[in-house]
Amino acid sequence: MSFVKWKRVFRLLLKDKLGLIGFALMAFFIVVAIFAPFIITHDPQAQHYSDNGDLLNMAKPSSEHYFGTTNMGRDIFSQVVAGTRVALVVGLTCAVMVTIIGTVIALVAGYFGKWVDDLLMRITDIVYGIPFLPFAMIMVAVLGPSIWNIIIAIVLISWRTTTRVIRSEVLSIKQRTFIQAAKLNGAGSFRIIFRHIAPNIIPLSLVFGSLAMGWAIITEASISFLGYGDPLLVSWGKILFDAYIAHAITEAWWWVIPPGLSITLLVMSGFFVSRSLEEILNPRLSR
Amino acid sequence: MVSFIFKRLIQTIITLYILITLLFFMFRILPGDPTTMFVDAALPLEAREAVLEQFGLDKPLHEQYWLYMKNFVQGDFGISFNSREPVVDLIGHYLMPTIFLMGSTILLALVIAIILGAVTAWYRGSKFEAIAVSVALFFRSAPIFWIGMVALAFLSHQLNLFPIGGMHEPGQGSNGFFETYFTLEFLHHLILPSIVGAAYYVASPMLVMRSSMIEIMDEDFIELNRAKGLSEKAILFKHAVRNALLPVVTEIALIVGFAIGGQVLLEVVFNWPGIGRLIVDSISRNDYPVAQATFFLMGVIVIFLNLIADILYGYLDPRVTYKKG
Repeated sequence: MSFVKWKRVFRLLLKDKLGLIGFALMAFFIVVAIFAPFIITHDPQAQHYSDNGDLLNMAKPSSEHYFGTTNMGRDIFSQVVAGTRVALVVGLTCAVMVTIIGTVIALVAGYFGKWVDDLLMRITDIVYGIPFLPFAMIMVAVLGPSIWNIIIAIVLISWRTTTRVIRSEVLSIKQRTFIQAAKLNGAGSFRIIFRHIAPNIIPLSLVFGSLAMGWAIITEASISFLGYGDPLLVSWGKILFDAYIAHAITEAWWWVIPPGLSITLLVMSGFFVSRSLEEILNPRLSR
Repeated sequence: MVSFIFKRLIQTIITLYILITLLFFMFRILPGDPTTMFVDAALPLEAREAVLEQFGLDKPLHEQYWLYMKNFVQGDFGISFNSREPVVDLIGHYLMPTIFLMGSTILLALVIAIILGAVTAWYRGSKFEAIAVSVALFFRSAPIFWIGMVALAFLSHQLNLFPIGGMHEPGQGSNGFFETYFTLEFLHHLILPSIVGAAYYVASPMLVMRSSMIEIMDEDFIELNRAKGLSEKAILFKHAVRNALLPVVTEIALIVGFAIGGQVLLEVVFNWPGIGRLIVDSISRNDYPVAQATFFLMGVIVIFLNLIADILYGYLDPRVTYKKG
C-alpha cells in the first residue's frame, strides 16, 4: 500500500515546478557541502596580502578571490562554501531530531489520549509560550557558544509545531477501521502505534521536517549574527556578523550578499519542498 | 464558552508560573559559577555581597526560589547592573518604541497580505500568482537582519532615502510623548524598518488568506452572485474577501507572538531603542536582572497572544466546539 502511495507522490512531484526547484536547490547545497574541501580555493581563515605586502582589506571580487575578501583579508568565497556544511549539518540534525521527538510525542499523546494527552499537550502549550530566539540566545550565552549548544537550544523549542499538527492527524487515524481491526486482532499498543499509525503520518512528518530545517538554519544564523556563534566554525550567520561589525554594508556588498543569499535559497528550498509535499497530501489546495 | 475561557485562563496562569520557574533555573542551575553571571565582576567586594544578599544568592536554593517568586509577584525585578536604574523603569522606557515599530510592521504586513492573498487566489494558476507567492516566500526565507542590512546599504547609504537607523536624529525627540512619537522625523525613521519587517511577515497571513479565499470561491453564493450579474470586482471585494478574512484574524495574534524573535533582530540592525535590543545588550553585558525581566515580558506577550488567538479562533468559527478545550 505504501509503495503505491510513494509512486503517486513522485508522479505529482514531477508536475510541480516550485517543488522541483526546491529539490534541485537542496541537492545543489548538499553536493557543495559534501565536496566543500575540494571546492574552496583558500583556507577560509587564512589572511591574504597583496603583492606589495598590504593586507587585502575588503578587496573587490576578482579571479583570485571570487567573492572578494573581508576586512581581515580572508577569502569570502571559501568562507561561504565552508558555511554550507555548517548550515546543512545544523539544518539536517535539527530537522531529524525535531521530527523524531515531535512525532513520537504526538503519537503517544494522540494514541493514549486521556491524561497522557492532556499532560503532553499542556507541556506543548508551555513551550509555545517561550519566545524562541531570546530563549536560544540565553541558552547559548549561558552554556557557551558551540554549534551543539545551538542545536540543542533549537531542538528544545522546535518540536512543538510538529507535535501539535501530527497529534491531530493521529487522532483522526485512530478512528479508522483498520486500527480497530488491529486492536481486535490483539495487537499491542506499541505495535499499533509504530506499525499501523506511524507509517500513515510519515509524509506529514516530512512536511514539517523540511520546515524545521529552514527554521533551524535561520535561527543558527540569527544567533551567530547576534554574536553567539560557534567561534571555531565559519557559518553564514557569522560571516554576516563580521560584515555587520566591520560596517561592510557601506562599502563591500560582496561580503554581505553571498552568505545572505545562500541562507535564503537553502531555507526557501525547504519551503518549496514542504509546500509541494503538502499539496500532494492535501489535493484540495492543488486544484 | 465562558467555562472554556476560564479553563484557558487557568492554563495561562500555570504556563506563566512555569515560565517564571524556568527562568529561575535557566540562570542558576546551568554550569558555571552563578555569582559571576549575576554580579558585576567590577564591583568592590562589599557591593558584591550587597547584591548577592539582595538576590538572596548566599542562601540555599529553595529559599532563593521563594524570594525570587515573592519579588516577581510584587513586580520587583531588581536593579540594572549597568545603569543602576530599577529594571521596571528601564523596561518602561524601552517598551514604547517596540510597540510603535511592531504595530506598524504588523499592520503593514496584514494590509499587504490580505490584498495579495485575495488577488493571488482570484488569479489562481496565473503567472502573477506564481511570482507573488515566490517573492513572499523569498522574503519569508531570508534572514530579517540580512534584508535589513541590504535595505540600509541601498536605500539609506546609496540613495540617501532613509536614515541609517535609530529612532531620531541626535538631539531630537526626548521631550515627552507627542514630541517623540508624533513627528515627521520619527515617521521617517520608522518607515524602513517597518517595510523590512512587513516583508518578512507577509507570507504566512498571505498564504492563509489565499487558501481561505480559494475555499470561499468554491461556495455556492459566489456562483449565485455571478449569476445575478455582479461584476467580478464587486464579487471579489464585497463578498469573497469579507468572508475569507476570518482565519486571517486568528493568524494575526499568532504572528504577533511569533514576531518577537524577528523584532529582536530588526531592532539590532536598525539600532532601534526597544526591548529587543535591550535583551541583546543586557545579555552581552551580563546585566542579568534586565535580561531576566525582558525575557519574562516577551514570554507574557507571547502567552497572552496565544490565548487571544485560541479564543478568537473558536469565537469566529462556530464549528469549533469548546467542550474538548
